[in-house]
Amino acid sequence: MYVYNDFDEAFVRERAAQFRAQVERRIDGSLTEDEFRPLRLMNGLYLQLHAYMLRVAIPYGTLNPSQMRQLAYIADRWDKGYGHWTTRQNIQYNWPVLKDVPDMLDALAEVGMHAIQTSGNTIRNVTADHFAGAAADEIEDPRPVAELLRQWSTDHPEFQFLPRKFKIAITGSPNDRAVTKAHDIGLRMVRSDAGEPGFEVIVGGGLGRTPMIGKVIRDFLPKADLLPYCEAIVSVYNVLGRRDNKYKARIKITVFENGLENFAELVEARYAEIRPAFTGVDLDILKAIEAQFAPPSFRDAPSAGYEAAHLANPAFRSWADTNLAAHKAEGYAIVSISIKKHGATPGDATSHQMRVMADLAEKYGHGELRLSHEQNVILPHVHKSDLPALYQALREADLATANIGLISDIIACPGMDYCALATARSIPIAQEIAVRFDELKLEHEIGPLKIKISGCINACGHHHVGHIGILGLDRAGVENYQVTLGGDGTEEAVIGEKTGPGFSAEEILPAIERIVLAYLDLRTSPEETFLETFRRLGMEPFKAVLYPEEKADAA
Amino acid sequence: MSRAFTPKVVTANRLLEGDNVWLTEDDRWSPDMAEAELIADEAHATIRLLFAQGQRNTVVGVYLIDAKEGRNGPEPVHFREAFRTRGPSNYAHGKQVEL
Repeated sequence: MYVYNDFDEAFVRERAAQFRAQVERRIDGSLTEDEFRPLRLMNGLYLQLHAYMLRVAIPYGTLNPSQMRQLAYIADRWDKGYGHWTTRQNIQYNWPVLKDVPDMLDALAEVGMHAIQTSGNTIRNVTADHFAGAAADEIEDPRPVAELLRQWSTDHPEFQFLPRKFKIAITGSPNDRAVTKAHDIGLRMVRSDAGEPGFEVIVGGGLGRTPMIGKVIRDFLPKADLLPYCEAIVSVYNVLGRRDNKYKARIKITVFENGLENFAELVEARYAEIRPAFTGVDLDILKAIEAQFAPPSFRDAPSAGYEAAHLANPAFRSWADTNLAAHKAEGYAIVSISIKKHGATPGDATSHQMRVMADLAEKYGHGELRLSHEQNVILPHVHKSDLPALYQALREADLATANIGLISDIIACPGMDYCALATARSIPIAQEIAVRFDELKLEHEIGPLKIKISGCINACGHHHVGHIGILGLDRAGVENYQVTLGGDGTEEAVIGEKTGPGFSAEEILPAIERIVLAYLDLRTSPEETFLETFRRLGMEPFKAVLYPEEKADAA
Repeated sequence: MSRAFTPKVVTANRLLEGDNVWLTEDDRWSPDMAEAELIADEAHATIRLLFAQGQRNTVVGVYLIDAKEGRNGPEPVHFREAFRTRGPSNYAHGKQVEL
């Protein structure tokens, strides 16, 4: 894992000290709110529906145990004993008071963390495949490049006042678990014909008000050219982006309005201009970063205990079959810890749970933790022989829910329970759906099904790429939930299709239940997933169960 | 033709705590919306809003919201404002336990 050098260390401490002085000047009245607001946003501090909220970056979703313990300490000391994992690999604290925030930033700096550029019209926290460095299908660990991008984009003088926020996601695997096609820049590692690893560069993706799937601007970019090429993209966007209209300011609109071809031409021209200035220093830095991401020393041991427990214990078997993923090292597994217990708030972990996960990462996981954009925590490197003991420890901390990738593993944004922008609540809807399908004891039978819920059009809950997407709106002063079907956040990304009129807060759970029960009737076999059934049959059969009265009217 | 004025209260967040407060008739900021001044007159609403906006080192994000007369004082009309008087629905945090 990357460890801060003296420069990083001094930089985050200096920023925390600057912010402390800014908060003091705000409290004594020498800064107005208009002056202070951009300063607090640069440091991840929002004012939300009930309180301030501090958003802390977890770059490319990677944490070590001491960082996780510090997050727990911050939750206990300055918040209400929990934190919320977000869909952009951040953690949010929902209840800080203004005067404590500088202390929180100091506490983060102690463990090489910060809240810089988690807000504002800057390049935000760079996100990555949460299985990076562990996945069996990976070409190369994408995190060294992600760290290079973090260093490059942090306080980049040209990119502190972009037309709008800018999000980069990166994956080292052909199977895209980082939703790269829904990002301003998506980087997907591929091999050239000669077998050399490089990137497919995707530009102009995004969800929100105008959802768009990103377009490939370069089929293959050698790794050595990555930084100047990204700089060229952001630079062209910085000039062309619509600063006159907030709703048209994201790069997806810039690419759409100018056309991919024209945009690409400008990028190439800019690239040609700046490429000579990149004399290889970036590659030296990358090489040093890569050395820090060397894989742990995997042990060669029998995994007999695992097989025996798998046979003997049905609860363990269910968990293992659902929450484990294939690891590249023999005898190892990737463990996803579900932060989606039925009825709990998606993505919320208590300080106790954070400490347990830190301890388990130390004991069984080569000291590494990951946070997924799906709001779960991952132990990327666990030897199979340790899984029974790990499972037992997770159970004791209420962290052994066996539902990864199933209907109750729901992404939900904070919605109107916390967010000042929300138009409706998300969390209670997620809670109801998870509890209901747990009661029905159907979720393992249903199989892979991703429900994603956003509490407003900005789509932090990624509803557009949910197999079932739910969007909470305010319709004439009442919460109303619009449903989309068939969305897909993988390398084959698709924006979901609206079913029709929305549903009230009382009607939405029965509506979801009708969709899912219809799927169980319609599928050709238990192997056909919800998404496959939807692709085969289209919207009509689902509309028929969602809006039976319309069908009756038409008859 | 302008729309008929509906009763309002002035609300904001406290600068230091960040929590929601409502402006009372005697110029205090109360954490309890029921103590707020219910404003029936449009011109008076403007005056109260200007007064509130002047309290730059006490509150931030000042705005007017629709309200109605309830049993104990003004009550919210819109669900968002109702949530602001209570706190989140997933935990017993915020005003629902602090007031």
